Amino acid sequence: MKIVRWFIGAVALTAVVTLIIVRPMPFLFYPDLPHLEFMGRAMYIIILACLLCLYRVWKGPTGADRIVAVDILGIMIVGLCAILTISTGRMWYIDIGIAWALQGFISILALSKYLEGKGFDE
Amino acid sequence: MNSTLGLIFIGIGLFFDLLGCLGLVRLPDIYNRLQAATKCVTAGTCSILFGVFLMMGFTAAGMKSLLCMSFLLLTAPVLAHALSRGAHRAGVKLWQGSVVDQYAEDREGEA
Repeated sequence: MKIVRWFIGAVALTAVVTLIIVRPMPFLFYPDLPHLEFMGRAMYIIILACLLCLYRVWKGPTGADRIVAVDILGIMIVGLCAILTISTGRMWYIDIGIAWALQGFISILALSKYLEGKGFDE
Repeated sequence: MNSTLGLIFIGIGLFFDLLGCLGLVRLPDIYNRLQAATKCVTAGTCSILFGVFLMMGFTAAGMKSLLCMSFLLLTAPVLAHALSRGAHRAGVKLWQGSVVDQYAEDREGEA
C-alpha cells in the first residue's frame, strides 16, 4: 500500500514539474508585457503551494493545524496579488494584497485567542 | 538592471514559499509546522514584495508593496507567538520524539 502511494506521488510530481517547465500559464489578454513566461511559471508554483496548504486544512488532526494552514494560505494569496500586479500591469491588485494582509492578521489573532480558551480582553 | 534584480528576488521568494508549504505538509507536529510556516512568511512573501518594489520603482504600486512588506515583517512574529501559546494552552500534545518542554515546566512552577 505504501508503494502505491509513493508511486502516485511520484507520478503527480513529474506531471507538475513537466507542466511548469514545458507550458507556462498563458496570459491571453496582455500579450505584450515583459517577463510573461516567468510570471506564468511563478503562478503555477504559488497555486501548487496553495494546494499543499488546502491539504493541511482538510487533513489536520487538531484545530491549531487548520488555523496555521489558513494563515499561510492568506499569505500565499498576498504573494499572488503581488505577482498579478506585474504580470497584468493593473496597479490595484496590490491594494487587494494589503487589505488581505490586514484582515488576515486580525482574524488569525482572534482565532488564536479563542483557541486559548479565554476572553478577548486579557 | 533593476528588473533583473527583481526577478532574482521573486525567484528566491517562490523557492521559500514552496519549501515552507512542503514543510507544512511533511513535518510531524504543530510547533514544527509553525516554524516552517513562519519561514514561509518572512523569507518568501516579503522577498516577493521586495522584488515587486525593485521592478516597479518609486511609483504608487512600488511604495504600496514596500508598505505591505513592512507590515508583514511586523506582524508575522506576533501571529506565530500567539498561535503557539494558544495551542500549548489548549493542550495540543508535542511530538513523542521531542526532548524538552520548558513552558510546561514553568507553568507547573507557577501553579
